[in-house]
Amino acid sequence: MSDTKVIDARNTFCPGPLMELITHMRLAQVGDVVELLSTDSGSATDIPEWAKKVGHEMMGIEQQGDTWHLKVRKAK
Amino acid sequence: MRILVVGGGTAGTIVANNLARRLSAETRRGKARITMLSASDRHMYQPGLLYVAFGQMTPDQLYRDQASLLESNIDFHVDPVTEFMLDQNKVRTQSGKVHEYDTLVIATGSRMVPEEIPGMNEGAEFFYTEASAVKLYKKLREFQGGKVAVAVGVPHKCPIAPVEVMFSLHDYFKARGIRDKVHLKYHYPINRIHTIENVAKWAKPEFDRIGVEYETLFNIKEVDGKNKLLKSEEGTEYQYDLLIVIPQHRGMEVVEQNKLGPGGWIPTDRYSLKMNGHDNVYVVGDTTNLPVSKTGSAAHFQAEVIAENIASIVKVGEPVRDYDGKVYCFIEAGHDRATYAMFNYQNPPDLKPPSKPMHWFKLSYNQMYWTSVRGLL
Repeated sequence: MSDTKVIDARNTFCPGPLMELITHMRLAQVGDVVELLSTDSGSATDIPEWAKKVGHEMMGIEQQGDTWHLKVRKAK
Repeated sequence: MRILVVGGGTAGTIVANNLARRLSAETRRGKARITMLSASDRHMYQPGLLYVAFGQMTPDQLYRDQASLLESNIDFHVDPVTEFMLDQNKVRTQSGKVHEYDTLVIATGSRMVPEEIPGMNEGAEFFYTEASAVKLYKKLREFQGGKVAVAVGVPHKCPIAPVEVMFSLHDYFKARGIRDKVHLKYHYPINRIHTIENVAKWAKPEFDRIGVEYETLFNIKEVDGKNKLLKSEEGTEYQYDLLIVIPQHRGMEVVEQNKLGPGGWIPTDRYSLKMNGHDNVYVVGDTTNLPVSKTGSAAHFQAEVIAENIASIVKVGEPVRDYDGKVYCFIEAGHDRATYAMFNYQNPPDLKPPSKPMHWFKLSYNQMYWTSVRGLL
């Protein structure tokens, strides 16, 4: 079984949600799922764009209140 | 209360000095004791490394003796911690000595890890240590023209450094009269040229004005020094003549070896700055896993909160305030202009146009730091 790690990047401007995600994806094992919490609406497009370009798998994008939940599986 | 500060960088030194002053009566009466354990007897002003890389400061200007920066009621030892026994409120040091505490402050900092990217150590220059900054300066001095690439690892200390180095490169080569022979190319990991949206909005037209080419969504995969090729996780590559990287960082090895947090970053409450699950352990500066800039500025504001809260707990039994995410970063926009970014958890930075007075303020701060780290500013 792979792990799911939740990264709380809500209400932060620097280093910001995508930088936080990249940091934790570097530490994750292939197959792990990282769930990013973000209050930056740009994350809903930024994160899938980055995941697609690098080759990771988007597992879900969901908005709950002000918070975006973005799940990415490390593919390589 | 026995207060133990582990780490003598910006964060640890400000916590210890601030506490020493607030608890001077208590330390005299033996009601409080402040001990600092550090890996070094010297203290470096790390932002000065950028100036060393461009020949504007010499390395000796970056250092002070650590003991000279500390209040006299701080018991200071150069004896780094090797083992944290958090369940017993003890640490063991390199010399084998065991220190007991009632309150622990972990301020061990971070380190660059260029060796984690194939070829980076051999094929790239950087300026995050004294030796690498001096080496970069020598490389810049002998550079007569060609393609200079800058690329950025994640995570990294001082998030403003990538844009500052581009402005400095432009001014440096312009001053030498060879700017027209140098092509500057900037590579950044996310889909705009800086992680702070307002910094990106400001820097983009500035880059266009000074002729800096940029590529975004570029995460360094490999440096092929033999063929001078920089390769990205995203599948692109760039041929360079001189490559300067902002290397990716990790927390200190002792944090990883003691399994206090993955990557050496300790899980920390973003408001109280306490280590998750440990009511008497505070974490400050680069050492936290918080989504906050790894800068001396963040360390400074966090250190003040921790010192105020520990002192208040000693005096009245309760802390006084939370950390609000405050960060204030100077941004050098070349060798004669600067601006700044100030923000917290709720408010993004509102950048002002760069000015000469702000640059002069930054140059002044390079000296004022020694007052700041004593906990006086």
